[in-house]
Amino acid sequence: MLEIKNLHVSLEEEDKQILKGVDLRVEAGKVHAIMGPNGSGKSTLSYVLSGKAGYQVTGGSATLLGQEILDLEPEERAAAGLFLAFQYPVEIPGVGNMTFLRTALNAQRKMRGEEEMSAADFLRIVREKAKSLKIDADMLKRPVNVGFSGGEKKRNEILQMALLEPKMCILDETDSGLDVDAMKLVSRGVNALRDDTRGFLVITHYQRLLDHIKPDVVHIMADGRIVKTGGPELALEVETNGYSDILAEVA
Amino acid sequence: MGFVEPKNSLVDLWLNRAESLTEHGWLEQHRLNAQARLQSMGLPNRRDEYWKYTRPDRLIESTVPSAVTLSSEDQSLFSNFEQIKIVFIDGVFSPEMSDNLEGQDVSIELLSQTKAKDGHWASDMYGQLEATGQSPVERPLATLNTALAEEGVLVHAKGATLKPVHLVYLRQNESSDVMLHHVVKVDSGASLSLLESGPAGARSNFVLETDIGAAGSFRHVRIQGRDHQRLAATHHFARLHQESIFKSFTLTANGALTRNECVIELLGDDGIAHVAGACVGDGDFVHDDTVFVTHDAVGCESRQVFKKVLRNGATGVFQGKILVKQDAQKTDGYQISQSLLLDEDSQFLAKPELEIYADDVACSHGSTSGAVDKDALFYLRSRGVPKAMATDMLTLSFLAEAVNEIDDDQLIECVVEWLEGWLARRRT
Repeated sequence: MLEIKNLHVSLEEEDKQILKGVDLRVEAGKVHAIMGPNGSGKSTLSYVLSGKAGYQVTGGSATLLGQEILDLEPEERAAAGLFLAFQYPVEIPGVGNMTFLRTALNAQRKMRGEEEMSAADFLRIVREKAKSLKIDADMLKRPVNVGFSGGEKKRNEILQMALLEPKMCILDETDSGLDVDAMKLVSRGVNALRDDTRGFLVITHYQRLLDHIKPDVVHIMADGRIVKTGGPELALEVETNGYSDILAEVA
Repeated sequence: MGFVEPKNSLVDLWLNRAESLTEHGWLEQHRLNAQARLQSMGLPNRRDEYWKYTRPDRLIESTVPSAVTLSSEDQSLFSNFEQIKIVFIDGVFSPEMSDNLEGQDVSIELLSQTKAKDGHWASDMYGQLEATGQSPVERPLATLNTALAEEGVLVHAKGATLKPVHLVYLRQNESSDVMLHHVVKVDSGASLSLLESGPAGARSNFVLETDIGAAGSFRHVRIQGRDHQRLAATHHFARLHQESIFKSFTLTANGALTRNECVIELLGDDGIAHVAGACVGDGDFVHDDTVFVTHDAVGCESRQVFKKVLRNGATGVFQGKILVKQDAQKTDGYQISQSLLLDEDSQFLAKPELEIYADDVACSHGSTSGAVDKDALFYLRSRGVPKAMATDMLTLSFLAEAVNEIDDDQLIECVVEWLEGWLARRRT
């Protein structure tokens, strides 16, 4: 599904290397988690993969379903099946959530040479998916993320994911700012999307999210590299002992 | 001694046109007064404080440069509304295209059909609000209009009017020089909605004088578009009495030079005046909003919300003033002007002014200039929205605060749809 090889990335504005050779392979149907201390490069990895400006790829590659994605525009990556659930979803006043969702969905379909979805079908599907995430009609009508609570913003991210049906989902610290109930709701939304054809990369600081979204593989990232890979038990180890033991071990 | 523009010879050139005007009852005296006032004040020039950012030359030259006419698709604007439609082609009333003005729940007359010598309600208003609005800042183009306008509508709302009055300004002539002078009177407790749309003329000089009686309300939505080279100077003089409500919104697209002046006087307690504008300009485009709100009564509220989207060297100007007189306690004044600069060639020049003599007031103002929000742009693109379309969505998002000043959802939809059309045409 997603294959990252020896990825090197530095900041465009200053001469600072953030990723120093990341190797990672996420198979279809699998959930991979990346954990790591602050500043290890986790969020940078998610931004670089989704095409945010300000980063320079100095080496390596990333392919999605065999297609090199690092040369593509962000919208092309989205149409190719990549989705990033933002740590801090952006507020867009004056643009209705529904309009935003519909524009995004149809733009992707158009890029893939598919037919646009009719207004009636769209409405039916959005309502159905919104319901399971407890997103009410008012939230759909309001401007994108404006006045949403932290939990509402994250639920709105998952709604977008459910609607756009990406192949590869990256969740960047989706648990930040969520209380336990909201985390359960969001996790249920993510789990509902798990199937044999879809890959997940879950970036988090804490093990608690992984209680709800059970990973197949856990990676520890430090100083721009993946330093250790293991099963779900690795996350528990981090929770108990912190990162220092692992980092000492691999150093 | 430096070079001095021969101000008065240009005034004379203009006023020569007065000789060919048809004589119209009560109008005559007001025209003569305006001619005399114009003689003494002269036409504006670049050294005038209020013309520092916008060159008046093209608005006052005695000849009009021609402006290509676009297909008049704007006729269909607001067509979903029940309305009283009044059409002008190059400033000339078209009875064929207009609705019947008789038998409506609001009284509508044409300025050109005014005959009586006295006793007409409009005689107490025509040129009067304009004359009052000359102090403390002179607005000679409005006086020029009062002196020379031959056409316009006189609208008198005596009760609640259901259908909006829609003034449609079509163009056929590539060098039409259009002058219209409208007078609107809303009686105590009465209400009226006025819509204006269309490109009007190669050059237009419009004056609108509005008097809103106690507890009366007036709503105004105007769309100035879409021909490119056209020139326009408009003045809206409004007088509010106790508890009256005034809400005016203008959308401008294209046009080489547009100067919209709005002069509002809050004369009765607890009045509400909102004036807003959104403009989109690309390339050869100068758009100037000059607003003057005077609080002269207790407990009034005023809002000015202006948004400008500028690209390819377009220029936006905002001069907005709130004057709070000594007895206007409990005034609530707000003013915001913002520009979205889509490239580095465009510029926004803003001059917010507050002049406050009362001590118990709340007045705030702000002005900003900025580019498209990069984080928002990335967010939209990461969802699959192509860059150009995402930029347009953020442009609409930027304009929304001004557009939402219209307090009618259907009208908002109309305006947004029209804006979307403008943006989409630029994308392809």
